[in-house]
Amino acid sequence: MPQPLLEVKDLRVSFRTEDGVVKAVDGVSFTLSPREVLGIVGESGSGKSVTMMSVLRLINDPNMLVSGEVLYKGRDLMKLGKGQMQEVRGDEIAMIFQDPMTSLNPVYRIGDQICEGILTHQDIDKPAARKRAVELLQQVGIPHAGSRVDDFPHQFSGGMRQRAMIAMALANNPDVLIADEPTTALDVTIQAQIIELIDKLKDDFDSAVVLITHDLGVVADIADRIAVMYAGRVVEFGAKRDLFYDPQHPYTWGLLGSIPRLDRPKASRLYSIEGTPPSLISPPQGCKFRPRCPHAFEKCMEEPELVSRVDKRDHLDRCWLDPATKRVTRYNTIEGGRAA
Amino acid sequence: MIQQGGGALGIGEIPIGPTWQTNYFIGADAQGRDVMARVLYGGRASLEIGIGSALICCGIALVLALLAGFFRGPIDALLSRLMDLIWAFPVYLLAISLATVLLTKPNGLQWGFVHVDPSSLWVPTAIIALVYVPYVFRPVRGQVLSVREKEYVEAAIAQGASNGRLMFGEILPNVITTVIVMLPLMIATTVLTESALSFLSIGVQPPKASWGTIIDDGQSLLYTRPWVAIAPGIMIVLTVLSLNVLGDGVRDALDPRAKLRMRG
Amino acid sequence: MAVFIVRRSIGLIAVLFAITVLTFLIFFATPGVDPTRALAGRNPTPETVAAIKHQFGLDRSLPVQYLLMMKRLFISRDLVSYGNQALKVVPAITSAAPVTFSLVLGAAVIWVVFAILTGVLAVILKGTIFDPLLMILALIGISMPVFWLGEVANLVTQDRLHNTFLFHWVPPLGYTPLTSNPWQWFLHLVIPWITLSVLYIGFYARVLRANLLDVENEDYVRTARAKGLSERRVLLKHMLRTSLITFVSLFGLDFGVLVGGGALLTEVVFGLPGVGKLTYDSLVKLDLPVIMATVIYGAFFITIANALVDIVYARLDPRIRPA
Repeated sequence: MPQPLLEVKDLRVSFRTEDGVVKAVDGVSFTLSPREVLGIVGESGSGKSVTMMSVLRLINDPNMLVSGEVLYKGRDLMKLGKGQMQEVRGDEIAMIFQDPMTSLNPVYRIGDQICEGILTHQDIDKPAARKRAVELLQQVGIPHAGSRVDDFPHQFSGGMRQRAMIAMALANNPDVLIADEPTTALDVTIQAQIIELIDKLKDDFDSAVVLITHDLGVVADIADRIAVMYAGRVVEFGAKRDLFYDPQHPYTWGLLGSIPRLDRPKASRLYSIEGTPPSLISPPQGCKFRPRCPHAFEKCMEEPELVSRVDKRDHLDRCWLDPATKRVTRYNTIEGGRAA
Repeated sequence: MIQQGGGALGIGEIPIGPTWQTNYFIGADAQGRDVMARVLYGGRASLEIGIGSALICCGIALVLALLAGFFRGPIDALLSRLMDLIWAFPVYLLAISLATVLLTKPNGLQWGFVHVDPSSLWVPTAIIALVYVPYVFRPVRGQVLSVREKEYVEAAIAQGASNGRLMFGEILPNVITTVIVMLPLMIATTVLTESALSFLSIGVQPPKASWGTIIDDGQSLLYTRPWVAIAPGIMIVLTVLSLNVLGDGVRDALDPRAKLRMRG
Repeated sequence: MAVFIVRRSIGLIAVLFAITVLTFLIFFATPGVDPTRALAGRNPTPETVAAIKHQFGLDRSLPVQYLLMMKRLFISRDLVSYGNQALKVVPAITSAAPVTFSLVLGAAVIWVVFAILTGVLAVILKGTIFDPLLMILALIGISMPVFWLGEVANLVTQDRLHNTFLFHWVPPLGYTPLTSNPWQWFLHLVIPWITLSVLYIGFYARVLRANLLDVENEDYVRTARAKGLSERRVLLKHMLRTSLITFVSLFGLDFGVLVGGGALLTEVVFGLPGVGKLTYDSLVKLDLPVIMATVIYGAFFITIANALVDIVYARLDPRIRPA
């Protein structure tokens, strides 16, 4: 295994609120290798965005408590000073966000917003930065980049804005690109284009990518490894192939089953996970998925560790069920739906 | 107990200064009246006018905004233009114009059977209420327009609800919060406006007093008996400050936008 | 741009027309109000009243009276005051306007600078005791009647502390034109400037702070941070810049109202012979020609300010700039 580029160790993020302490991220650990694509999948509130925003220390909330280590090339980002952290952001680790409509400042030209990031981190003059901005816009597929560089965000369509965001993020050739639900706010036809673009550019720029999404279908194409998050924890973590063909956690089965498929009988095209995500203030005892899990048994009152339970060393999960039993029971969820 | 009046001063007598006795706590004015008593009684007029005009203003504005926002079309155009017209007038100039006209008639106003005495507190109350109507009308009308498009209103229309039920049953409860949030701030504004008009001697008319008229009286005594002007001003500052703080609190409690949003 | 100017001009004329008609009606059509009283002096004979009515055209129908007044105001420019026949209305306004301009301009500079400082400082110090402290100070500023504050300022600077080193430089109340003695002009206006600006500093600082805190939750501010910009740059270039859109539009409106006569309380308290004082004096004397002229002047500036705000707004917010 190569030396990890980014290593998150036991990250915990909680927020003090009037109702109690919300444990948004509860002991998340993972590694990211150079040029790797890591998918983080989970539903809203599972802590996937908070995890990655905490890596860049972008959450500015006086009621937030963070612990754990985020090692980037051996340096703990949590211990960096404000100025040092600013040097990392946008230069070594860049991030793009969910809603391109609101993520660009409406009062500045697209080109100026890209140049701003370049001038912050590189020692070049303004004309050179502008030239670079035009190149970047060409690379992300903006037609007539030379003139569109002077457009304001409202003159761009949603897909073009997300392309501009990607150009802005890649401006300083970062080692890690974090994409937080980059396609959620876009039209379905544009979604595939943006994913393809990220896939292509990660090779051009030699960057590793962390792709956050609630949609397993989005990461199916480009991810190398996938982490499934539930209620602030990773419940399953493994290579894409293993996760798709030998999923270990019932929550992952549910996610796989909820991808609509036309190659099945109508009654069993979709599976829906019963119930709602648990409260993060007073989570259920034991396995957090237990109240919604159709396969729960006595042992689930105890919290399972994230360890390998199958013959593959790097395929980890948090489920007490016996792997052999799982192979039988999961079939209904993934392939047959409830009706079967 | 502090009483109005006390002993009058004769010409040439030493002005009564602040004392620790119950009378003349902060001295007497040019006519020898106890300033503390005047400030306390004046406060009643100031508050009555302030609260009364703010309530009347919000009431009129709410009804007009409901009509304009609900019926739209020509009614909305007419009301909105009218409001723009009042809006284009600086508040103080309009209030002064109205006050001059209404207060300079020695016999008071006579409209049909309605007689209003010029020294009645209703005159400044009505004037102040009128000039601030556009300030409440505009935001409320905007809200009525947007609430009218909401699905629950559509649903009520689909059920065949009458215009009255739609306006007062469906739309009013959804815009009343805006008015409640504005009310304390409106009272703060109207109290200040009343004091300004009275200071220019076109608000509360003698023998009645308000904080504004007492400051006006105190202007000529400023260097000899400053407390006559200072005391009512402090009362205004404290009143308006508390109303503003209350307004902030009400807004934070009722306006969902002011609450912190959690990020997922 | 040409279309914009033409549309604005038509709007301006419409507003001026509506306002003059409204003013005219308030003073002429309200039952029981008789401008002849101001003209004829005490206890006039009926003949005098009739003669005066005829002389000023007050025996004509209302529309004719209105048109006559407008004609004398705009075309022959010889409209005179009812109270003082030697006082020509147009020169009276042109000599009062510079006083008001001097007062409002200086106060505006003070309030913009201090409001931005206070608002930004409050956001930087958020979470410490200084943020609520600054905001309470701002709230006190908003809660003070300007005429009362002016009187207290006069009490302190003209009397109680006038003979100390602090305020011995404060000249007596009144006004010295900039053209005759710039230094005296400045000294006469310092206290009025500060007095007038206190309210606006408080108001604008609060608006700015609230706006900055709103903007802080915007996605593009997060993007700016993710780019690795310094906190200072994020605050000044991204947050303050977008917050200024609201700030500037409010400023334009308030500035217009003040120049148009809204500063009358400050002018009255400090004995400044500005437009507000002129308006007030004419209002209490029911001196309709002066009232009409000052109201038109005021509405003119307010409408001009509105138009300027729209232009500046479009410069600041590219989303509404015509393509």
